Amino acid sequence: MLTILFDGIAYGMVLFVLACGLSITLGLMNFVNLAHGVFAMVGGYVTAILMNRLGVPFLATLPFAFLVPAAFGLVLERTLYQRLYNRNHLDQVLFTIGLVFMAIAAVDYVMGSQPQLIQLPSWLRGRVDVFGVQIGLYRSFIIVVCGFLVVGLQFVLAKTRFGAQLRAAVDDARVARGLGINTSLVFAATFAAGSGLAGLGGALGAEILGLDPTFPLKFLIYFMIVVTVGGTSSLTGPFFASLLLGIADVAGKYYVPSLGAFVIYTVMIVVLVFRPQGLFVKAR
Amino acid sequence: MQGTPTEIATRHLAETSRWKPMEFVFWLVAFGAIWLLPSHHLILNEIIITALFAMSLDLILGYAGIASLGHAAFFGFGAYFAGIFAIRVIGDPLTGLVLATLASGALGFITSFLVLRGVDLARLMVTLGVALVLGEIANKMTWLTGGADGLQGVVMGPVLGLFEFDLYGRTAYVYSLVITFLLFLMARRIVVSPFGLSLRTIRDNPLRARAIGIPVNRRLIAVYTLAAAYAGAAGALLAQTTQFVSLDVIALHRSADVLLMLVIGGTGYLYGGFAGAIVFKVLQDVISNWTPQYWTFWIGLILVILVLIGRERMNHRAAVLWARLRGKPEPRPRTIVGGH
Repeated sequence: MLTILFDGIAYGMVLFVLACGLSITLGLMNFVNLAHGVFAMVGGYVTAILMNRLGVPFLATLPFAFLVPAAFGLVLERTLYQRLYNRNHLDQVLFTIGLVFMAIAAVDYVMGSQPQLIQLPSWLRGRVDVFGVQIGLYRSFIIVVCGFLVVGLQFVLAKTRFGAQLRAAVDDARVARGLGINTSLVFAATFAAGSGLAGLGGALGAEILGLDPTFPLKFLIYFMIVVTVGGTSSLTGPFFASLLLGIADVAGKYYVPSLGAFVIYTVMIVVLVFRPQGLFVKAR
Repeated sequence: MQGTPTEIATRHLAETSRWKPMEFVFWLVAFGAIWLLPSHHLILNEIIITALFAMSLDLILGYAGIASLGHAAFFGFGAYFAGIFAIRVIGDPLTGLVLATLASGALGFITSFLVLRGVDLARLMVTLGVALVLGEIANKMTWLTGGADGLQGVVMGPVLGLFEFDLYGRTAYVYSLVITFLLFLMARRIVVSPFGLSLRTIRDNPLRARAIGIPVNRRLIAVYTLAAAYAGAAGALLAQTTQFVSLDVIALHRSADVLLMLVIGGTGYLYGGFAGAIVFKVLQDVISNWTPQYWTFWIGLILVILVLIGRERMNHRAAVLWARLRGKPEPRPRTIVGGH
């Protein structure tokens, strides 16, 4: 029971790291980026390639799993995404779905369609028994890392100058521009950071979520649930939504496997119907 | 162009409802294909069914401005309904088709209330969610749907008790074509009626539409139900003519594909679905012959390029070119379907 809760929390933490970038870009630029999972996949593959082909230790691959997708995201943002900021959502959806299709086929072509395995270092494998509760070492590692990330993100957002500019731009991009904030720069930096975080989430989560070329499509719906249920105006909403989703999904798969993903989809629809702005946001 | 608003509107509707020469050509070719392309009936059948499906999406996207990421929900529901009906009740195609259409319409009616609640992104997600839930149900109710193995053992009786389905798809194509043509006639009548005009008003400006007394919600529910019924009919046709239903009919990529077809063909004139389906199927055939495993890459690339060039601009260019060819004044650019 507590083990399930624990696994659920770890799962939720990974989901949050994966999806928080999406939530910011959606809130900031009102841009529906269905291709967010592509960056997560890039991060996962960076780690897999570095470890399996070049023998780099797991921890040392994590910075690259952040940096490569971040750079990739920055390039895409500057060249393609920014042209679509003031298009309607249908165009954005079509464009990003197109990107997802391309990414899936490209990764399949380069790496093959088989799932990638990541060998965890021995000190992260296994479980320990704490007061009768089975605790997976890797999952505790994830919770600690993601916990630091959450605190760090909250700090950047709440206490730094950049965070203040970002929040201003989210609230009202026009007024923020009028006050001399270079919103385009803020957008680009945020997009890159969000992509990087997704990549890091992809690398950390490869063990739990699995990693193969269909990753962006398979987890697209999870990201979207986090974002739509959590709302896009803060980080706390998506954070709680991720935890909720993680726990519900793990518990659901354990207790009522016959229902499958049915429960979370239904919950999403119900939330969307009654609280279109998200569960943790006051309706404006 | 003088007269009271009612007269102007009536004249406008009468003008748009007149059949253009190209339309006659199109349907003559479609029916001519029965005799002219006897060896391609299977693929033609697939194209015409996909076109009907795309047309159903056009009804809500092109005319009412509702973007849906889960239109395959109704297509899949219709397909499963028709397939299961044939197995468990009777194999008469027309009965199954009518019932599947009605049932999909009913499902559309129920879900339309969910769709109406949200705007924009929430709406997209709800449509997607409905399709996912239905897909999951179809996947888990193995005793009824066959689950991941697909629905097997569908045996159809002859159409009208006269025409057996044959191996070469001749009956299948004629059957699908006639049904599609009838449904098209109905849709065409609907979109040039005052009802259709009010839909376009809602699409262009829901706020003003409400202000001049159009019951926006009721109209949207009506057209969503209609589109769901049409999609269900397309699904039923597929199930009956291929005598097999798999989870593929309700998958996300089917919703995305049909959206792509409509975008290729253009929205808001009913033929977009047909043009898009033809281009899409031919492309799919060519590309997957050339590189079977990676054809989604090229489909993705087409999507990206289409959006970057701009759907509206492209459609407008085509319209200008068309007008020039016929020596008519150039049409003004139209504001088209918008999220916000």
